Amino acid sequence: MSAFSGGFSWLADGAHWHGEDGFPHRIAQHLGYTALTVAIAAVIAIPLGLWIGHTGRLRGVAIALTGALRALPTLGLLTLVVIWRGIGLTPPIVALVVLAIPPLLAGAYAGLEAVDRATIDAARAIGMTEWQVLGKVEIPLAMPLILGGLRAAVLQVVATATVAAYIGLGGLGRYVMDGLSVRDYPQMVAGSLVIVVLALVLDGLFAVTQRAFSPQR
Amino acid sequence: MKITRLATVVAASGLLLTLAACGSDPTNTSAGSDETPAASSGSAGAGASGPIVVGSAPFGESEILAEIYAGALKAKGFDASTHPDIGQREAYIGALKDGSIQLFPEYTGNLLTFIDPSATATSPDDVNAALKEALASKEPDLTVLTPAAAEDKDSLNVTADFAEQHDLHSIADLKSIDGLSLAANPEFKTRAYGIPGMEKFYGITGVKFTPIGDSGGPATVKALTSGKVDVADIYSTTSSIAANKLVTLDDPEHMIAAQNVVPLIRKDADNPDVDAVLNAVSAKLTTQSLLELNATFDGPDKPKAADVAADWLKDNGLA
Repeated sequence: MSAFSGGFSWLADGAHWHGEDGFPHRIAQHLGYTALTVAIAAVIAIPLGLWIGHTGRLRGVAIALTGALRALPTLGLLTLVVIWRGIGLTPPIVALVVLAIPPLLAGAYAGLEAVDRATIDAARAIGMTEWQVLGKVEIPLAMPLILGGLRAAVLQVVATATVAAYIGLGGLGRYVMDGLSVRDYPQMVAGSLVIVVLALVLDGLFAVTQRAFSPQR
Repeated sequence: MKITRLATVVAASGLLLTLAACGSDPTNTSAGSDETPAASSGSAGAGASGPIVVGSAPFGESEILAEIYAGALKAKGFDASTHPDIGQREAYIGALKDGSIQLFPEYTGNLLTFIDPSATATSPDDVNAALKEALASKEPDLTVLTPAAAEDKDSLNVTADFAEQHDLHSIADLKSIDGLSLAANPEFKTRAYGIPGMEKFYGITGVKFTPIGDSGGPATVKALTSGKVDVADIYSTTSSIAANKLVTLDDPEHMIAAQNVVPLIRKDADNPDVDAVLNAVSAKLTTQSLLELNATFDGPDKPKAADVAADWLKDNGLA
C-alpha cells in the first residue's frame, strides 16, 4: 500500500505541477501524441471502413487485417521502426496508428452494415445517388458505431502512448519509465493514476457525445 | 501486494525448477565426457553438498554465465542445473533467499547498490570490499566469491568518425564539446555514474539528455549511429559496440562503478570444493571473453546458451 499512498503524495507535491517535467506539460504532450495518432489513423481507417461497409467488398480482408494488426505488439513495432527510421516522433506515432486503425475500421464498416437494408433501398428508390445514400442515410445512422470505434481507438492510444517515453520523448510515460528505472514507485503510481484519470475523462466525454448522436427515440 | 507477487514468483520458480530438472537430464547423458570426472572426483564434491541450482536473469550474458557455472560444477561431479529467466534483481535475490536457487552470476557494482543504495565505492577493489561488508550485515545468508576480471558495465561510446573529428579517447575529452547530446537509460539522469557524475568527475555540464529505455539496445545504438546523439551509454560487453565500430571512452576517474562478474552464492551451498571450481572459472573470465561469448550468442547461428558455455569451458580446460 505504501507505493499507492506515496503515489498520491507525489501527485499532491506542487513541485511536480510546473516546468518541463510537470504534469500540465506532460499531459499536454500525451494528449498531443494521442490526437495526432488518432487523426492519422482516422484519415486512413474511416474512409476505408465506409467504402467496405457501403460496397460490402473486401470485408473478409478487412476482418483478417484488423485482427492481424491487433496482434502486433506495440513496443516491438516501435523498436522495429526505430531501427528503420531512428529515434524521433515517427516510431511511436506509427506504432500507435497501427494500434488505432482496427477499432476505427471496425466501427466504420460495422456501423454501415448495421444500417437496415430496407432504409437504403428506400433511399435509392427515391432517386438518391450513391454519395447521397452514403452521406445522408448511412453515415448519420452509423454515427453511434463510428463514434464507438473512435472512442475505443482514443482510449487504447491514450493508455498506450506511454511507449513514446521509451525512446526519449515526453508524455505521461516519462513518469512510468523514469520511475521504473530508479525504482521510484510513487512516481510510477502517480503517472499511472494521471493516465487512468485522463482515460476516464476522455471516455466520459465520448459517452456524452455518443448519446448526442444517437437516433432520437 | 509484494508478498503476493513474491509468492507467485516462488510458485512459478517451483514449476520451472521441475521442468528444468527434467530438461537437464538428457544433457547429462548425452555429454559422454561427463562420466570420467564424475567418477573420479565426484564423490568428494557431490557428497559435501546438495544440488546446486544456478539462476540467471533474462538476458543472454547472464544465461551464458549461469551455464558456465553449472557446466564447470557438473564437470567436477556436482549435481548442478540452471534456472534461467528469473527476472529482475528483486525476484532472483528473493529466490536465492528462499533457497529455490543456490547460485547466481552477479555484477559487483549493481549488487552493491541494490544491497546498500547509499554505497559510493567505484574502483573494483573498493566495490568488492564494500559488497562483502554490505552482504555480511544485510544478507547474512548470502556471500560472494572472488570476482572475475570480466566487467559488464555502463560505458560511454561515440562513433569512430565523431571520435576522430574531436580527438576523443576519454570521457574527459568530451568537456570541450559544446551542446553535447547523450542517450542512455532514464536512470542515467540521476545516478552517480550518470549526468551528475559527468559534472562531478569531469566537469562536463549542459548535456542534452535523451532517455531511451532499452538499456543500450538497438534503439540507443541507432540514435548514436544515425547522429541523433553524440554519445550513447551501452553495456561494455555488447556485441553492437564491435559490430558498429564504436569507440568506448576511457573512464580514468572511475566515474562508472566497477561491475566485475562474481558468483553470488547461498552460504549453505558454499564449501571449499565449490569455491575451487568457481574460482577457476573466474580466473579465466575476462571482459574480452564476455564480448566473444555475447557475439557468438547473438550471432547468425543463434546457438543455445548451454552450447556457447560448453564450448568456452572446453576451450579453457574447465570441462
